[in-house]
Amino acid sequence: MATLVLDREEQRVFVASQWQLMWWRFRKHRLAVASAAVVAGFYLVVLGADFLAYADPDASEAQRSLMPPQAIHWFDGWRFSPHVYGLKGARDPLTFKRVYQPDPTQKIPIRFFAEGFEYRFLGLFPTTRHLIGVDAGLDASGTIFLLGTDVQGRDLFSRLMYATRISLTIGLFGVTVSLVLGVVLGGLSGFYGGLTDTLIQRAIEILRSIPTIPLWMGLAAALPREWSILQVYFAITIIISLLGWTELARVVRGRFLALREEDFVVSARLVGCREMRTIFVHMVPAFMSHIIAATTLALPAMIISETALSFLGLGLRPPAISWGVLLQQAQNVQTVAISPWLMIPAVPVIVVVMAFNFLGDGLRDAADPYGR
Amino acid sequence: MLAYIGRRALLAVFTVWAISVLSFAIIQLPPGDYVTSYIAQMASMGSMVTDEEAQNLRIQYGLGQPIYIQYLKWMRLVVVGDFGFSMEWRRPVTEVIGDRLWLTVVVSVAALILTWALALPIGIYSAVRQYSVGDYVATFIGFIGLAVPNFLLALVILYFGFTLFNANVGGLFSPEFQDAPWSAERAWDLVKHLPVPALILGLAGTAQQIRIMRANLLDELRKPYVVTARSKGLTEARVILKYPVRVALNPFASTIGYTLPYIVSGSIIVSLVLSLPTVGPLLLRALISQDMFLAGTIVLLLGVMTVIGTLISDILLVWVDPRIRLEDT
Repeated sequence: MATLVLDREEQRVFVASQWQLMWWRFRKHRLAVASAAVVAGFYLVVLGADFLAYADPDASEAQRSLMPPQAIHWFDGWRFSPHVYGLKGARDPLTFKRVYQPDPTQKIPIRFFAEGFEYRFLGLFPTTRHLIGVDAGLDASGTIFLLGTDVQGRDLFSRLMYATRISLTIGLFGVTVSLVLGVVLGGLSGFYGGLTDTLIQRAIEILRSIPTIPLWMGLAAALPREWSILQVYFAITIIISLLGWTELARVVRGRFLALREEDFVVSARLVGCREMRTIFVHMVPAFMSHIIAATTLALPAMIISETALSFLGLGLRPPAISWGVLLQQAQNVQTVAISPWLMIPAVPVIVVVMAFNFLGDGLRDAADPYGR
Repeated sequence: MLAYIGRRALLAVFTVWAISVLSFAIIQLPPGDYVTSYIAQMASMGSMVTDEEAQNLRIQYGLGQPIYIQYLKWMRLVVVGDFGFSMEWRRPVTEVIGDRLWLTVVVSVAALILTWALALPIGIYSAVRQYSVGDYVATFIGFIGLAVPNFLLALVILYFGFTLFNANVGGLFSPEFQDAPWSAERAWDLVKHLPVPALILGLAGTAQQIRIMRANLLDELRKPYVVTARSKGLTEARVILKYPVRVALNPFASTIGYTLPYIVSGSIIVSLVLSLPTVGPLLLRALISQDMFLAGTIVLLLGVMTVIGTLISDILLVWVDPRIRLEDT
C-alpha cells in the first residue's frame, strides 16, 4: 500500500510540467509565499489607491498643519461604532507650535463605503465611494487623520496610498527596461561569445566600478525644469534602469553559456533550426524562470533608487507623490524630532524591499526544481 | 601576476575614460554654454566681462567647435588640475572642493575596513555555529542591512540619537573643530566621529558579505578534508581557520571590487542626512543650482578615486591570495 502511494507520488512528479514543479517547490518556502502575499497586497493598493484614500491628497490647509496620527475608537461603550474624536487646534503661546487637543465629547462616526472626493475607479468608472469616510456634509480631509498631516496640512495616509502607486509602478517600468537591455545584451554575450562577449563583459565591469549615485544625480538634475510630471517620471525610470541592467545581463549570459552546450540545443541546431528559433523556442523557456527570479531581485534596487533620488529632490518633484517625495519632508532632524510620523513612509519602503528579496530568493530556489 | 595587474590597470584606464566622458556630458547637459552663464553671473554681480575676456574664455574651452574638440580641451585643462570655475561660489572648483574630497575618502575607507572587520568573524561564526542564537541574530541584522536603504537608516539613527540621548550623531567634527586648521586634536576628533557614519555606510555591504561568507564556509565545512583535519587531532580553531576559511575567502574577496563603488555611492546621500562635510552635500547643491563645472568635477574625481581604490584592492588581493593569479579573469 505504502509503495503504491509513493509510486503515485513519483508518477505525479514525472508527468508534472516545469511550472507545476516550480510551484510545488515554491509552496514549501513559507517566507516566500508570505512575501508573495505582501507584494500582492501592495499592488492591490496600487490599483485601488484612490478608493483607499479618504482625503484628497492635494487638499492643503494651514489650520491643520502637522497633526499627529489619530486613533480610531472602534467601540462606543459596548456597541461597535467606529469613530474618531474631533480635534481642536491652538497655538502654544510659548513655542508658537500648533498643538491639537482631542475632544472626547465630539464623536465623529466613521462610515464604510462613504462618499468622498470624486475619482475614476481603476481609471475607468467615475465614482465617489471610498473605503472609509464620514457622513455627508462633513469633509473627510478635515476630520480623519489616521497617520497625521504634513506641514501643509495634507493627510499623510491618503498621500501614502497615492505614493505607493507611483513608487511601485516606477519600479516595474524600470525593471522592464532593464530586463530588455539585460536580455538582449546578456543574450548576445552568452550566445555568440568571442569578441562580442569580451566587449559586453568589459562594458559591464566598467559600469559596475563607477559609483552610480553621483552619476544618477547628475543626469537627473539635468532634466529640464519645465517638464511635466509624466515626462520626469519616464526620464527617471530610464535613468535608473540604464545603470541597473548589468546584474540581469550577467544572469542571462550565465544561463546562455550553460545551455549552449546542452544536448537539446545542439540537436535543435543540428536538425536545422534557425538561430532565432533555437533561442526563443528551445533556450528561452529553459531559463525563463531564472529570469523571473532575477527580475524580482532587481526590483527593490529600482524602488530604493527612485526613493533616494526623490528624497534628494532630484527625482520626482511635487506635485507628484512618491515615497521619496514624502520622505523629503523628513530630511531635517529637527522636524522629525517634533513630528516623527513624517518618517512613516519609510515603513512601506522597508517592507516592500524585504518582501521582494524573500520572494526573489524563493523564486530562485524554485526555478531549479531538481536542485537540493 | 604582472599580466593580471596589467589587465586590471588597462581596464581601469578605460573606466577612467568612460567616467570622464560621462562627467563631460553632465557639464554639457544644461542648456546654454559656460561662458554665457559666466557673463550673466558676472553681470548680476555688477561687474562686466569685456568682449576680449569672453572671447579668450571661448577659445580656452573651444566653444563653438565640434564636441570632441571641446572634450579634449576640457581634458587638457583637467589633466593639469584646472577644473574650471564654480559659478555659485565664484571661486576655482579645486578651492571649493578642498578637504571635502579627502574626507569622503576617509569616510569610505573607514566603512570599507569596518565591513571586512565585521563580516569576516561574524560570517565564520554564523557558519560554524549554524542555527545558533548568534547565527539568527546575524541573519536578522543581515536582512535589515539589505532591506533598509542606508539614508533611511541614517535618518532613524539620527532621530533616536536626538530624542533618546539628545545628542547630534551627525557631522564629522565637534563644533569647536569645525573650521579649525588641521592638528592632532582635530584628527582625533574626526576619528571619534567616524564610527557612526562608517557603520551606516558599511551595514549593507557587511550584510551581503556575511551571507556570502556563511554560504561558502558551510559548503566547505561538509567536505571530507575537514573531517581528515579533525581526525588528525588538530584543535577546532585550527581545523576551521587553517583550511576551509582560506578556501571560502576566495569568492568573498572577489566582491571587494564592487563594494567600494557601492560605499562611495551611498556616502553621497548619507552625508546629506548626517550633514557630513564630504563632497555629497556640495554635489547636490551644485546640481540644484546648475553649477555644472563643480558637479562634473566631483563626479569625475569620485569616479577616479573609486577606480584607483578598486585597483589597489585588486593588486593587494593578488599579492595576498596566489590562487587568483591562476584564475582566468
